[in-house]
Amino acid sequence: MTDTSSSFAPGDLEAEAQRQDNKRRWLLSLPALVIIVCAATGPLMVMVVYSFLAPGDYGNVKWEFSTDGWVGIFLQRDIFDDTLMWADAHLSIFWRSLSLSMITTVMTLIFGVPTAWFIATQPPGKREFWLFLITVPFWTNLLVRTIAIQELLRAEGVFNNVLIFVGVIDAPIQLMFTNFAIAFGMTYVYLPLMVLPVYAAVDKLDFRLVEAAHDLYAGRWTAFRRVILPLIKPGIIAGSILVFIPSLGAYVTPRVLGGGKNLMFGNLIELQFGAGRNWPLGAALSLVLMAAVMISLIWYVRVTSREQADG
Amino acid sequence: MDQLSSPDIASDISAVDVNRVSKIFGGEQEVRALDDVSVSIRRNEFFTLLGPSGCGKTTLLRLIAGFESPTMGSIQLAGRDISRLPPNQRPINTVFQNYALFPHMSVAGNIAFGLEMLGKPKAEIAETVDRMLQLVQMEALKTRRTSEISGGQQQRVALARALAPHPEVLLLDEPLSALDLKLRKEMQIELKRLQHETGITFIFVTHDQEEALTMSDRIAVMSAGKILQIGTPRDIYERPAERFVANFIGESNFLDAELAGNTVTLHAGGRFQAQIPEGVADGPVSVLVRPEHAQVRAGTAGDGEIGAVIETVVYSGDATSVHMRLGTGELVKARLSNAPGAGSELPGEGGAVTMTIAPNAITVLRD
Repeated sequence: MTDTSSSFAPGDLEAEAQRQDNKRRWLLSLPALVIIVCAATGPLMVMVVYSFLAPGDYGNVKWEFSTDGWVGIFLQRDIFDDTLMWADAHLSIFWRSLSLSMITTVMTLIFGVPTAWFIATQPPGKREFWLFLITVPFWTNLLVRTIAIQELLRAEGVFNNVLIFVGVIDAPIQLMFTNFAIAFGMTYVYLPLMVLPVYAAVDKLDFRLVEAAHDLYAGRWTAFRRVILPLIKPGIIAGSILVFIPSLGAYVTPRVLGGGKNLMFGNLIELQFGAGRNWPLGAALSLVLMAAVMISLIWYVRVTSREQADG
Repeated sequence: MDQLSSPDIASDISAVDVNRVSKIFGGEQEVRALDDVSVSIRRNEFFTLLGPSGCGKTTLLRLIAGFESPTMGSIQLAGRDISRLPPNQRPINTVFQNYALFPHMSVAGNIAFGLEMLGKPKAEIAETVDRMLQLVQMEALKTRRTSEISGGQQQRVALARALAPHPEVLLLDEPLSALDLKLRKEMQIELKRLQHETGITFIFVTHDQEEALTMSDRIAVMSAGKILQIGTPRDIYERPAERFVANFIGESNFLDAELAGNTVTLHAGGRFQAQIPEGVADGPVSVLVRPEHAQVRAGTAGDGEIGAVIETVVYSGDATSVHMRLGTGELVKARLSNAPGAGSELPGEGGAVTMTIAPNAITVLRD
């Protein structure tokens, strides 16, 4: 470049533009920052603090330091001699939450992947219609939908009537208030969360790659395993996370379909803030649930970024 | 190598026979993509399907590959009917237009895929992959991801992947269309070399007439779902059967004429002997004169000669194009090669000239 001896070096203008740009970015992100601080970081801090306090007599907390909230997650004090024992009730609830969430994830995979595939392979005009149908349940309140499922599952409900009519069973079987009912309900509720990301992945899939696999002597199953599955895997993992995380903290579905006996993590937390009047334990349980969610998210990021590094 | 691979004894045997194949795509309105097409492709041949987009050439290729099945007619591979075989059971491989390389596999992984599917032993696969990489000069990029290499390199990998299982027929669907001009020229030569070295029948689809002329042993020109003409590049260029073929390949002048026996009398003047294709009756016909077969001389035309008036003269280095209007009002282009001094004596715009046509340069068209 020739020296123009100008007082404005091009670098100055560039730096100024950069400064303006940065300022604008901060301004634009301000609303989001306010929400994050007020609605996420702040309450989270409150939870952390509360989890180290003692429970108040009528709910709320007493401002004295205590680790009982954290201890109470796994252990309970005997009412008479104060010895610590495993909190069996909690452990079985954790196990139920984990296993039902995993079952729900697997079931949504089994039903969701073929559904997503079906929609993604429809002609473009018809896809919107099917996607629309998938999103219709979101229009109605979750509680209402869950109560509707009771109609299917109760003793004189659709399932029992059909099974009796076909002759598989003689008398109604107990479906309501079982783990099956919870898994069934959660599979129904979270199915769209599996279908949509898998649909997005299948939609992006280049079907010429599938043709190329067939051209290179791969049968249907091999082409699926060697070419399709690796390419839609990000969608499957995203869907699994989207289903697994809310399943773990599900509250309405286990409450309505599981009755009082089959509690899940979310119900246990609610119990501490309600009838249990043990806010510190509730806060500690919430933080444990959050940690579980974070761990699975970190695992997701690890897995997908490794995929990316591999290609 | 089996004995059939040697070109001289094998060239009579068909590699692929397409018998009266039609393909109708259903839907709201039916589309007849192929209309009663028959073609016989010889072993070890570099055969090109040439035509504008939508002419059915890619559909024909997909039928041979097995991605579509014919609505009517049959396709035979070395005498065996393969019309209903799925693509994974046909010893035919395809180089796709946009390569369709597997993005989640390395270069070597892509090339090995077909061999793995055929259940070849590991050692043989490794050996073949190395040989293929060498064949397409890609040894250095063996472990790279396909997303990390250039378009031209992807092209080579796609070729190696399709050649690795040593198919009986290799299908190439406009494989060079995504490359820039220089790379395209290189790959044209490369493809010819590969076809020669492997002895595999190549069926090549393109809309680029120059590509077709330079690479092919034979060309089928297609339009609107039909094959209009099959022949060597020379046949197709010098003796096009129809106006569409003449127009699609190279530059053309079409002139009105009267045919009587073997004699063609141009309306613009001049009488010529010509070979008459089958099915053309005496009477008014259309004839083709390639621009490079037309010559121009200064001065008005005498009796039985073709008089013309110059409209424009365009100098383009190796040649000069002269556009002129004949007495009949027909516009004709002549391409004069620029030997030293040639063409310099021509008059400017509006000047009277005489057009001459080289012997045997008149082609009677069947249309």
